[in-house]
Amino acid sequence: MFMLNYMWIILALPILGAAVNGLFGKRLPKAAVNSVAIGSVALTFAAVCELVREFWYLPASQIPWVKSYYTWMVAGDYTAQAFHINFALQVDQLTVIMLLTVSFVGLLIHIYSIGYMEHEGGYYRYFSYLNLFMFFMLTLVMGANLAVMFVGWEGVGLCSYLLIGFWFHKKSATDAGKKAFITTRIGDLAFMVGILLAFWTFGSLTYSAMFQQAAKMTPDTMAHAGTLTAIAVLLFVGAIGKSAQLPLYVWLPDAMEGPTPVSALIHAATMVTAGVYMVARMNPVYSRAPIAMMLVAVVGGITAFYAATIALVQTDIKKVLAYSTISQLGYMFLGCGVGAYAAGIFHLMTHAFFKGLLFLTAGSVIHAMGGEQDMTKMGGLRKKIPITYWTMLIATLAIAGIPGFAGFFSKDEILEAAKSGPHASQWLWALGVAAAGLTSFYMFRLIFLTFFGKPRFDEHKVHVHESPWKMTIPLMILAFLSTFGGWVAAPRLAGGIDYFSRFLDPVFSSYAPSPVVSEAAATPGLSPVAQVLLALVGIPVILAVIGLLVAWWFYIKNPNAPKQLAQKLHGLYILLLNKYYVDELYLGAIVRPLLWLSTKVLWQFVDATVIDGAVNGTATVARETGGEVRELQSGNTRSYASWVAIGAVGFTMLLLAFIGWAVR
Amino acid sequence: MSVPISYYLVLSGILFGLGVVAFVFKRNVITVFMSIELMLNAVNLAFVAFARAHQQLDGLVFVFFVIVVAAAEAAVGLAIVMMMAQNGQSLNVERAHSLGEGGPTYLPGGSAAESREALKS
Repeated sequence: MFMLNYMWIILALPILGAAVNGLFGKRLPKAAVNSVAIGSVALTFAAVCELVREFWYLPASQIPWVKSYYTWMVAGDYTAQAFHINFALQVDQLTVIMLLTVSFVGLLIHIYSIGYMEHEGGYYRYFSYLNLFMFFMLTLVMGANLAVMFVGWEGVGLCSYLLIGFWFHKKSATDAGKKAFITTRIGDLAFMVGILLAFWTFGSLTYSAMFQQAAKMTPDTMAHAGTLTAIAVLLFVGAIGKSAQLPLYVWLPDAMEGPTPVSALIHAATMVTAGVYMVARMNPVYSRAPIAMMLVAVVGGITAFYAATIALVQTDIKKVLAYSTISQLGYMFLGCGVGAYAAGIFHLMTHAFFKGLLFLTAGSVIHAMGGEQDMTKMGGLRKKIPITYWTMLIATLAIAGIPGFAGFFSKDEILEAAKSGPHASQWLWALGVAAAGLTSFYMFRLIFLTFFGKPRFDEHKVHVHESPWKMTIPLMILAFLSTFGGWVAAPRLAGGIDYFSRFLDPVFSSYAPSPVVSEAAATPGLSPVAQVLLALVGIPVILAVIGLLVAWWFYIKNPNAPKQLAQKLHGLYILLLNKYYVDELYLGAIVRPLLWLSTKVLWQFVDATVIDGAVNGTATVARETGGEVRELQSGNTRSYASWVAIGAVGFTMLLLAFIGWAVR
Repeated sequence: MSVPISYYLVLSGILFGLGVVAFVFKRNVITVFMSIELMLNAVNLAFVAFARAHQQLDGLVFVFFVIVVAAAEAAVGLAIVMMMAQNGQSLNVERAHSLGEGGPTYLPGGSAAESREALKS
């Protein structure tokens, strides 16, 4: 029971590491910075494991396990409606999944970073930020109320900003950091309004209290949207910003300016999935707001497809992965939106493995190529960096949804729910399946361009070398997880039990408006073997294989075909290459008018003319008056006396006039 | 029969007015000083007149205070006159405006800056 009572240790360890490295790291040798950074995260992971072990033996009646440490904020009268927030932490099945994913992937990426950042300046600063990020991310998933979650939510945004702009002497990096911060802030405004509305509606921000209140309310319907829908939609707008969905996704591709391990940890595995976690956590509210559910599913589905189309033509290896991340996050929202929260969280977990791995291998490729990120200048790397090649291939197979790998199980579950779940829609399913085919194509395109064919760089200048063991060992561990991380759900295919969904079931069914049927995947009346075969040759798998073959045909068999196709479909190609001109649209529609308003109206008119005019005018009046009046102080006693005399006479006359008026 | 109070007050007003006019127009500091005494005594006359008219002692008490203050003022004022005569070699109040804009200029002739130089040496 030790860890369950002292859950704050899990938060204290990384922030301690961040503080030590941040305050003293500059004077410490690299080895000391390493041991503080890795040590704190390793201990965090150990503490999480111990917590999970203790959680395992907890009776079901005590779940969710909530521990309140101190009163954080109190306002208003001391009645039931008072604003009273404790700093409280919570563990339930959903938290356990998130904690394990975040701390383990985080640990691997910390280890990888030692190798990747070895020759970079600001070493201690990097690890201090990374530890700080771990602290905020763990706060986000462990908070027992929306306020504590919001602290983590904003904190990870801050760390994201700091780490994207890590190379602060590069203007593009600092710009990207600002863009990420401001864009997510737009969503956060709605998120904050959603939190306040939730408090106003439920009288509390603690999850269990909120959900009990929500369960008592009449669920909204498609025809009648009420407060629950408003809360759900507002919170989801926050998730759109944080998890880079349409239309606020623009910051994520730019965020690739940061160091690659940061992209892996923050912009693939953990932070960007915070929105999915939030939707899953607030499932009792979402389940009672069908319009919000539909919005989540539609935004997720469209984003999954839309981002995949952009990824088709990108040539920067990290940009491809960035759009892929947006697309996969869309999948997660699609899963949550059609009511399959467990599938969404499952995809979140497997995605953390294979997308984290993809970014790390991409980092390894960039490292090997001496900083080159353009895939058109790579090629033929397969033999030179074999570990990177094999691990990246595994991750690609996983993300493409090839049967047997982790991504297959989670993606299949989402698509299954989109087809036959409680909020199913053929259109959403079609979007998801189409995106699956595109995913397979652009990922194998990446593999073929990078590792196959003839080298397209000067082999005498670029010394291609495999990364050190500090970098390859995390790759291998993640490759293992990308392969086998999905097998817990495998029995589902044969009509059996999906252990992952079964584990998460208490979180999603305790406050569900109607009984959830989550294990109805198998077609009845078929033998298990036939069912497995049916799943293995399902439409998503066929499309994934077609994607693979098309990529092979384009980039191995006929290397000239892509150019010819691009010429034939010139308009479409240019549109995709320029990412549908969304950045330009935002620049023209929002940034420029705002800048014009700020410059011409707010600055040059309101500030310089009105405000400065008023301030300077007051000073001028005072100065002019003083200049005139000071002539009175001549030093001449007689003139003073004259003024006194005139004043006395004037005052007396006034007094007499007043008396005359008063007695009249 | 007694003299009506208005007579006293008119006389007091005339004396006070004379004092004011003298104060404003005379240049010799001793004359100015005398005009102050004239104004004080004009007020004293009014006090006494009122005390008598109302058959009360308050006005008389005030008169004593004014006399005391006038005596103290004469002591301080004459000392200032002595110092003016010593330092500025002039009893002209027009020259004594060192507290005004432009600083001490009461030394005969010259600008403010020259006077300051002269004072330093």
